[in-house]
Amino acid sequence: MTWRVNVRILPRSGLLDPQGQAVEHALRALDFREAANVHVGKAIALDVDAESREAAEARVRQMCDRLLANPVTEDFEIEIDREQPL
Amino acid sequence: MRVAVLRFPGSNCEPELFRAVTRAGGEAFFLFHRDTDLAGADAVLLPGGFSYGDYLRSGAIAKFAPIMEAVRRHAHAGGPVLGVCNGFQILCEAGMLPGALMRNTGLKYVSRPVDVRVEHADTPFTCAYADREIIRIPIGHGEGRFVAPDDVLDQLESENRVVVRYIGGSADAPANPNGSSRDIAGICNRARNVVGMMPHPERLADAALGSDAGHRVFASLLQWAAGAGAAPGERSTVHDQRSTVL
Repeated sequence: MTWRVNVRILPRSGLLDPQGQAVEHALRALDFREAANVHVGKAIALDVDAESREAAEARVRQMCDRLLANPVTEDFEIEIDREQPL
Repeated sequence: MRVAVLRFPGSNCEPELFRAVTRAGGEAFFLFHRDTDLAGADAVLLPGGFSYGDYLRSGAIAKFAPIMEAVRRHAHAGGPVLGVCNGFQILCEAGMLPGALMRNTGLKYVSRPVDVRVEHADTPFTCAYADREIIRIPIGHGEGRFVAPDDVLDQLESENRVVVRYIGGSADAPANPNGSSRDIAGICNRARNVVGMMPHPERLADAALGSDAGHRVFASLLQWAAGAGAAPGERSTVHDQRSTVL
């Protein structure tokens, strides 16, 4: 089965995120005063062949640990949207 | 002394490293990222630049280049390894040095001379300096903010592993160009044979440029090799077993 996976990577909370701060300042300058806690990260989308949703998630977790996310500076979340039709 | 200068796709400081080694009296040669052995190198230099276009994160893809397995073995055997700028980022990503380099606090790429203090002259890349000697050498990076958990930073300090530190400046013009934790510009591993630094000593290693403040990084390597007279593996009594997990 093929699974559509979205990995969301954000700077670890507590670490200075100057990009997030700059975007937050810009939003406020545009009068979006309700915006707070802005962080800029990255999204990685991929298809994964796996027997089950759990198996897909386990593999993607390994991908994150080894390559996709930096264990010192980033946190990640894995979202498995749906099973792709074959 | 044979010194391998690595080349990754997107490296751009390797000619300067080559020349700096040559000027210091070493025999430099290039190795490609796809090579799998070090061709008898006594030391390995990882250059600055933008390996693999800095895709994903600086150094994130280079750490899996075929040559890196050989670099890891060389380092574990006590052989000297220096990473400058992107080379430092690669060594951190590869787990050969602790911590990581993040986007500069000011969000800008900063290219200018900085004053750094050589905190410890007991590494293969600093032994021709005096302890706490201050030198002015260039930086050029957008992601040079060194970060690590507090306990790792404490450990780096207590084990005298902060090798180079940004110093001087004023409240208006802080010396620290990137927001680096504890003004750290460069560190070494526990066995002290693997050194990474953001400043570029190779860019200021010829008196014709007005200063050769960086020259002694490479002279250090030659001096270290001459003084030791030992094979890389024999020099280090404490191998850095933790280097892959830090």
